Amino acid sequence: MARFTRHWPLLATAVVLIALYATAAIAYPGFGSWFQFTRFFSDNATLGLAAIGMTFVILSGGIDLSVGAVIALSSMVLAVLMSRLDLSMWSAAPMVLVLGAAFGAFMGGIIQVFRLPPFLVTLAGMFLARGAALLLSDAKRIDMKDIESVRSLSERHIAGFSLAAMVLVAAVVIAAAVLRFTRFGRTVYAIGSDESAARLMGLPVARARVGAYSISGLCAAAGGVVHLIGMQAGDASAAFLLELDAIAAVVIGGTLLAGGRGSVIGTLLGVLILGLITTIPNYQGDLNTWWIKIVIGLLLLAFVLLQRAAQRWTEC
Amino acid sequence: MPDSMSRLVWPLAALALLLAFNAVVSPSFFHLHFAEGRLASPLIDVLNQGAPVLLLALGMTLVIAAGGIDLSVGAVMAIAGAVAARVLETDASAAAAVAAALAVCLAAGLWNGLLITFAGVPPIVATLILMVAGRGIAQLITDGQIITVEPGSAFLAIGRGALLGLPAPVLIALAAAGALSAAVRLTSLGLFIESVGGNEEASRHAGLDVRSTRLAAYAIMGLLAGLAGLVDAADIAAADANNSGLYLELDAILAVVIGGTALTGGRFSLLGSLAGAILIQSLSTTILMAQFGGRSVPVELNLVIKAAVVLIVCLLQSSELRRLLLRTRRAVA
Repeated sequence: MARFTRHWPLLATAVVLIALYATAAIAYPGFGSWFQFTRFFSDNATLGLAAIGMTFVILSGGIDLSVGAVIALSSMVLAVLMSRLDLSMWSAAPMVLVLGAAFGAFMGGIIQVFRLPPFLVTLAGMFLARGAALLLSDAKRIDMKDIESVRSLSERHIAGFSLAAMVLVAAVVIAAAVLRFTRFGRTVYAIGSDESAARLMGLPVARARVGAYSISGLCAAAGGVVHLIGMQAGDASAAFLLELDAIAAVVIGGTLLAGGRGSVIGTLLGVLILGLITTIPNYQGDLNTWWIKIVIGLLLLAFVLLQRAAQRWTEC
Repeated sequence: MPDSMSRLVWPLAALALLLAFNAVVSPSFFHLHFAEGRLASPLIDVLNQGAPVLLLALGMTLVIAAGGIDLSVGAVMAIAGAVAARVLETDASAAAAVAAALAVCLAAGLWNGLLITFAGVPPIVATLILMVAGRGIAQLITDGQIITVEPGSAFLAIGRGALLGLPAPVLIALAAAGALSAAVRLTSLGLFIESVGGNEEASRHAGLDVRSTRLAAYAIMGLLAGLAGLVDAADIAAADANNSGLYLELDAILAVVIGGTALTGGRFSLLGSLAGAILIQSLSTTILMAQFGGRSVPVELNLVIKAAVVLIVCLLQSSELRRLLLRTRRAVA
């Protein structure tokens, strides 16, 4: 029974996703096609990657407002490295990933050492990364269409899945394995549910917290690389306020914002639900885009109330 | 020095430093002259353009002091402008438009408060819901269009009028600050809010109505966000549901934290938040006006400097840093 109550927020997410998908697939011709199915993964790869990193941070009881800005900064740095310094994708992309992880670790370190609220530190990180991205480019886009490796990567598909979609799926599998089977993963959960208990048990709290933020930075940087390949351009104003969608996806995916409970699989389902909702107006022409925001708000409300109910149920 | 004063030293010192920097780099900053029947000067402009953030920061101070946060204020601003513009379209009076907008925003604040106090939703998530949906609601009200207000409307006085040489938004912000200071100091509201934010459990045992206190903070926040939205809409003579108040929730939270109110709740300082809000706005104006060797400074630098300010202010307030510094000093000695 306890097992069931623990999992039913995730089940509810899955039911909503399947019901939405089935309804839309019946209502709109082409919505249920394999092509559109693969598009859900490709179109939401950047958001999905950011949301996976966000899951680690939220599970540890924190929050990361910088992910959208880090996506923009890493796509700009990659564009500058490749177009101005003539580096190849294979040497530039790893640098960007390391940079993203380091940026996250820096924020996590400040939060851990100085006991500062994650909200404020990552807000500063957001301003810093967005400002740096804009300064790098004089607020202009850097077009990458002429670079062969970017074009060929953006055209590569396997069974309809683009490179971005495959990166997303791989990231979900790796992240789920890390959370489930490693000591680090278990420590992240432990910090989120009760930090002092985790410390008393002798768990490496500091290392795990910094690790969670650096994973979020790494995932956001990967999102930036994927974004650059998809758009074939580096863009300093990319992913504006994407952190909100990422947080929404994590919450809809059944992860408690207070930390300690949730899963990466749930986050992927949450991302796909957001993707479905934003795609439906493409098929139904008279549906205005502001309905998307209202529906996402209502969904958030429903899931948050559901989580509260589930919590109270287990407490009884 | 009493504790309440010592917390005000840093924001006021930073503000003084920034103003001194301006006096040296761009002397025209303090140049006062009369234009179009009101005082004009970059200094007045700072207050004028900063009025929405000032108003938001006042309400946010109470919300944060009561142990919460409100991410939805930018969206509520957009709703206020949208409602006012729609009501004005029906040839109703400016007063009716203002009343309707404020009523809707009060309801928005109460909604946040009820979700937090009665449904037990964490403040970040509860207000995130309205932050996402609110902008959609504003766009629904305006039909996704920018609704302009007719040039002759009395409504525009809120954003463009002047009294005794001071622009209306500045007067509105100052009046709100005065009224709120009186409300929190002359009644027990301020004490209750500090008590709830400082220790919820103890407040409950002391017989304090924790829920109503929190609810009051969010209701006041809703009203002030509505006022900020009206000032913004009257200033540009239009309701722009996409951009009104965008990002301002972050500036407001920043202003409160710079002003010395801890994000963890408890003691607060309205004066500190005012100083914080003016500091943030002066930063943007300073960067716009500053010139080095004949070259203007890129506007994007504003974000980087803001980031540095947040980090420095946070670190100054961190007791861990103080402990570390003390330890190194002892080790050196």
